[in-house]
Amino acid sequence: MSLKVYIPRDAAALSVGADAVAKAMADQVASRRLDVTIVRNGSRGMFWLEPLIEVETPRGRIAYGPVSADAVPGLFDAGFLDGKPHKLCLGLTEEIPYLKQQERLTFARCGITDPLSLSDYVSHGGYRGLEKALMLTRETIVEEVTNSGLRGRGGAGFPTGIKWRTVLNTPADQKYVVCNADEGDSGTYADRMIMEGDPFVLIEGMTIAGIAVDATSGYIYIRSEYPHAFRTLQRAIAIAYDKGYLGANVAGSGKRFDLAVRLGAGAYICGEETSLLESLEGKRGQIRFKPPLPAIEGLFGKPTVVNNVISLATIPIILDKGGEYYKNFGMGKSRGTLTIQLAGNVKRAGLVEKAFGLTLRQAIYDFGGGTASGRPLRAVQAGGPLGAYFPESLLDTPLDYEAFAERKGMLGHGGIVVFDDTVDLARQARFAMEFCAVESCGKCTPCRVGSTRGVEVIDRIIANQDRMQNLELLDDLCEVLTDGSLCALGGLIPFPVQSAIRHFPEDFHKAATPPPVNGSSKAQETQSWR
Amino acid sequence: MSTEQGWDTDRALARIQELEHLPGALLPILHALQDEFGYIDKAAVPLIAEALNLSHAEVHGVISFYHDFRHSPPGKHVLKMCRAEACQSMGCDSMIRHVENRLGVNLGQTTGDQSFTVEAVYCLGNCALSPAVMLDGKLYGRVSSEVADFLIDDAKRRA
Repeated sequence: MSLKVYIPRDAAALSVGADAVAKAMADQVASRRLDVTIVRNGSRGMFWLEPLIEVETPRGRIAYGPVSADAVPGLFDAGFLDGKPHKLCLGLTEEIPYLKQQERLTFARCGITDPLSLSDYVSHGGYRGLEKALMLTRETIVEEVTNSGLRGRGGAGFPTGIKWRTVLNTPADQKYVVCNADEGDSGTYADRMIMEGDPFVLIEGMTIAGIAVDATSGYIYIRSEYPHAFRTLQRAIAIAYDKGYLGANVAGSGKRFDLAVRLGAGAYICGEETSLLESLEGKRGQIRFKPPLPAIEGLFGKPTVVNNVISLATIPIILDKGGEYYKNFGMGKSRGTLTIQLAGNVKRAGLVEKAFGLTLRQAIYDFGGGTASGRPLRAVQAGGPLGAYFPESLLDTPLDYEAFAERKGMLGHGGIVVFDDTVDLARQARFAMEFCAVESCGKCTPCRVGSTRGVEVIDRIIANQDRMQNLELLDDLCEVLTDGSLCALGGLIPFPVQSAIRHFPEDFHKAATPPPVNGSSKAQETQSWR
Repeated sequence: MSTEQGWDTDRALARIQELEHLPGALLPILHALQDEFGYIDKAAVPLIAEALNLSHAEVHGVISFYHDFRHSPPGKHVLKMCRAEACQSMGCDSMIRHVENRLGVNLGQTTGDQSFTVEAVYCLGNCALSPAVMLDGKLYGRVSSEVADFLIDDAKRRA
């Protein structure tokens, strides 16, 4: 049997040269006439070690990283195929503390298997959830999901089982399952990783959802910024059709489930579920009024389950091991695991799947190792561009939906962006408003107009023009956005803005700095609020 | 990404006909046309409207809504630079300014010699390896100003 070497095909690994490493590896294998199979796996999620390659040995898989193409011949010379020492050797992959201390349920296979090998998937526990689901009634499947306590991992945290029940109980000639793969929040990449690293788990989860609510058709709406994940999904779906896991007779059950993947077009707002549905229908991605809920009138006016990638990819293990098993992880009303994504200025940035309840500090320091720059940490933004900026003093907040809400923050999709002491929170607040202005769908006035006014007001605050009045005006504006916006974009953009003012007031009271685009005036520069 | 050839009605119609049967076919059609021509010519609007039984205004409204769809041909190379929070925390702003200065364009513009189109993008999902850019559909991580220079030089050599 030939030796197996694993080199990730995950887009992040490719972004730091994994393809060049794979090519160098293939060249060495050929010139040394070795019997080695190169498997392109998903990423283990330890991105500071990418490209991280592994070799299968009798002791287990041994990791080396970060490996550059230039280092490959030296690895062969050192005997890495036998797992021998080398300065890049990280030992047994499973024993790396970062990985060992995780509780990988949703990501159980990611980085281990060949993402496009259905036999790998099945031999690592894949399709066991579907098998169980096919033996249950629809009501029992929904019951199991409800019992698991799973809440929407896209950010809103709505109980998945309740959503499914609504769709199940709404009679219609056609129902849909839609996967929201428009992972647009900065600091998040868990959806991308699972779509590239274990696409069948998402396909299986959607198939189970379809069977549970009697929907025969599904769509994955993926953002265009993820071309690798898009291609992987397309290939995985074709394989699933070919092997009878999709189509008119899912796994020989006589039940139909069709699945297609659709590409978004660069609109952040299409991560909002009703905008996403409009976009899937071929329209401008403008949000819809709710009610009616998509569960009652969703895609093409039909009852539709809309769930995030991670929610759906967690369904197979819930069905396989039972809702009770999943529920035993976590704290309070946040059950199961959270896929924490450490991002930005953090030394060991990567994916950490852990039961809810770990604190921000533990995530950032115990796993992340502090800032990448080595400078003091100053601010943390969790939950994407609509999430609050937390100061050091709030780092003991547990990662739990309610704990974040109590501190006027948002856990969202689990992305954590770390900033060091060079960050200017007034600039970050301005960026939040600017982002909202760029990405507003334009349907409601508070968001469409308020965001642009917000940028202007913050510019005046930074320039120290009537600073106190403008701070008050900004507060008013944020209240209008919170209360008057139709969806979460306008409704939550005050989170980053107001948290920046609340926790970092000194950044809004500095000597005036010139606006970034229009140049400066000497007079402004010398003015100081103090 | 971009193509050498200009707009061609027959090729556009062929792409439209391949996809018009899909439910909600408009976005797939627009993506197909942009893949084919590098942008969406305004001559496409009546063709699509006819095929999908929509008004010209509806089609135009969708094209103009989405950031991805271009109204004119891009440069030979398309460089998308992330300016979202994770990349900001790792200094993307100064790297982006460096690239803008070097190429003599602002985000959203194409160089005079049509060699580069530079676009802002909000998150490429590579937030653990910030700053991130995408050049001609290929993702890059930990892109300092020096790495950006290297990528631009390399693209020019490939030209």
